[in-house]
Amino acid sequence: MAAVRTSSEIGFNRVAIVAVLLVTIIFLAPIYWIASTAFKPRNLATTIPPTVVFQPEISPFVKLFAKRSQMRNPASPEEYAAAPWWERVVFDGGEKIVRDGKGEVQWSGYPSRFMNSLIVAITSTVLAVGMGTFTAYGFSRFKVKGEADLLFFILSTRMLPPVVVAIPMFLMYRAVGLNDSHLGLVILYTAFNLSFSVWLMKGFMDEIPKEYEEAALVDGYTRMEAFFKIVLPEAATGIAATAVFCFITAWNEYAFALIMTSRRAQTAPPFIPSQVGSGLPDWTVIAAGTFLFLLPVAIFTFLLRNHLLRGMSFGAIRK
Amino acid sequence: MTQIELRGVQKFFGAVQVIKDLNLKINDNEFIVLLGQSGCGKTTTLRAIAGLETIDGGDILIDGKPVQHLKAADRDIAMVFQSFSLYPHMSVYENVAFPLRATRKSKAEIDQEVRSVAKTLQITGLLAKKPSALSGGDMQRVAIGRALVRRPKAMLMDEPIGALDAKLREEMRAEIKRLHIKQGSTTIYVTHDQIEAMSLADRIVIMHEGVLQQVGSPDEVYSHPANLFVAQFVGSPVMNVADASVAETASSASVTVGGAAAGFEFPRALLSRLNGHAGGQLALGIRPEGVLVRHEAAEGFLPVETQIVEPLGSFDIVDLKVGSKMLRARTKSGFVGGPGERVFARIDPTQAHFFDTASGKSLGVRL
Repeated sequence: MAAVRTSSEIGFNRVAIVAVLLVTIIFLAPIYWIASTAFKPRNLATTIPPTVVFQPEISPFVKLFAKRSQMRNPASPEEYAAAPWWERVVFDGGEKIVRDGKGEVQWSGYPSRFMNSLIVAITSTVLAVGMGTFTAYGFSRFKVKGEADLLFFILSTRMLPPVVVAIPMFLMYRAVGLNDSHLGLVILYTAFNLSFSVWLMKGFMDEIPKEYEEAALVDGYTRMEAFFKIVLPEAATGIAATAVFCFITAWNEYAFALIMTSRRAQTAPPFIPSQVGSGLPDWTVIAAGTFLFLLPVAIFTFLLRNHLLRGMSFGAIRK
Repeated sequence: MTQIELRGVQKFFGAVQVIKDLNLKINDNEFIVLLGQSGCGKTTTLRAIAGLETIDGGDILIDGKPVQHLKAADRDIAMVFQSFSLYPHMSVYENVAFPLRATRKSKAEIDQEVRSVAKTLQITGLLAKKPSALSGGDMQRVAIGRALVRRPKAMLMDEPIGALDAKLREEMRAEIKRLHIKQGSTTIYVTHDQIEAMSLADRIVIMHEGVLQQVGSPDEVYSHPANLFVAQFVGSPVMNVADASVAETASSASVTVGGAAAGFEFPRALLSRLNGHAGGQLALGIRPEGVLVRHEAAEGFLPVETQIVEPLGSFDIVDLKVGSKMLRARTKSGFVGGPGERVFARIDPTQAHFFDTASGKSLGVRL
């Protein structure tokens, strides 16, 4: 019997491994596509069938960051020789980098959009997680009148797709001058994420035994001190998980960013596809922009990975 | 010098009154145990003294000053929780130092005091560890250390060893007692375990359904239970309680249990001590060691049949059928061979208790 069970277990494990591999490949395929396109020469980006083996190029990234224009005539040999290596790769593509009167390289729109994305996503994540943590603590530890109704109300803000209210929101924002501003997007994303953050954090807060704070209260600390010294470190796992989710939501948000911002506060998601339309689409540049755009989320998640794997810090309370 | 006094303390949870008019005075250096079943209000009382629960009426006084409006942090009281509540993200050292960090002590002072407490509790070797790496007993030592380190006015302990296994519980019990003798601080200890209460307490406070039943030394509570609840709650094996009727005989008094054919013989003095209750609804309480058993018939001994024999090592507990009632007697181990044996029993009048069945109160009869 045992032998039969063991061999079926082995069989199951093999099937599971194959299934996991397949799913992983399916999930990673688009990322591979983006990454490989970001390093392809422009003429190989759209070949059918796709080019898999190629000499990787850095030119898409140079083009991504520098403002450039089409050249009527190829660069002269002197011009070519005087240019730094990163300018030559642009010449090779039949374009040149735009410089101002002093010869300074002009940045493309991408770096500022990328910065906008960082500013908006980080600020709104900090706000949503911060306020969510305090709110969740309140709901978790104190008797709040109408707690169930309030929590339901908080959740109900997520019951319709946000984009449904995009037009009214746009009109309101225009009226108060919040359109195309960092503050406007930060408020918007914080509001979206807050309900999620409150609910997720409440779950984590409920799991932290009350006795920890009570011990701190008896030991001579105020509730606020107990919150910061005991509850927050205990909730670190939950805060990290919530922050990752909020950050990803804010970072990837497209619809509102497209409608609410045009230039000054525009984030990367609406900017990257807008480049498709300017002249002949250069897919390698779009892929390079997308590739860089993927990195912060990957890095952020990687840094918090230990906190995302739960369960290590629990077990010091005896029930 | 710390005295704690509760004056008419009331506490409600919604419509349920969990503490009913509690009055209690705890002396300096006294080890008080609040004893009762779960839900009797003992933990709520402790938490009210700590400042973790508000009270709905009455006063809590520490050294004569009302503290019921003070925050827990301002009462200068330490508490040990059943769950230990060691902060998992801090080392043992940091856990013990934590209460000191709330004060304005210097780093060197804190270090010195942490190490001195660690030495007392023999946890010096554990200081660098995280709580999750400790055994249950060590966790509790650390928790006690954290409570002691600040030299609080009073120590509150909420079932501090309830989560440990039996052997460790016994060790820790002795350790807590040793520590109390050595450190001498006013201590209030909550437990549902009457053995723990008996072995630790200077005075035991027995609570039932939010009402204080009796306060007294372990001996008083054991030998002079104030009512049926205390009588049956304190002591193991449990005291026999049976409805009894008292009759006058030619030379003595007779106490009949469970409608048996004959009654147990008692001194005549019982009748006068019962003070007119003799004809009323009475309950006889007798601890198993107060039921005397022998193999041969003798003056005052009634023939009874053994039912169940529970060997408990150093002694046996034998169930004796008396009329329709079962009386449990404590005998030498192996004294009774087995069920169905005929033996002779009597009740030691000096160990008998009489209770008013209606009120449950002891009639205070001592013979």
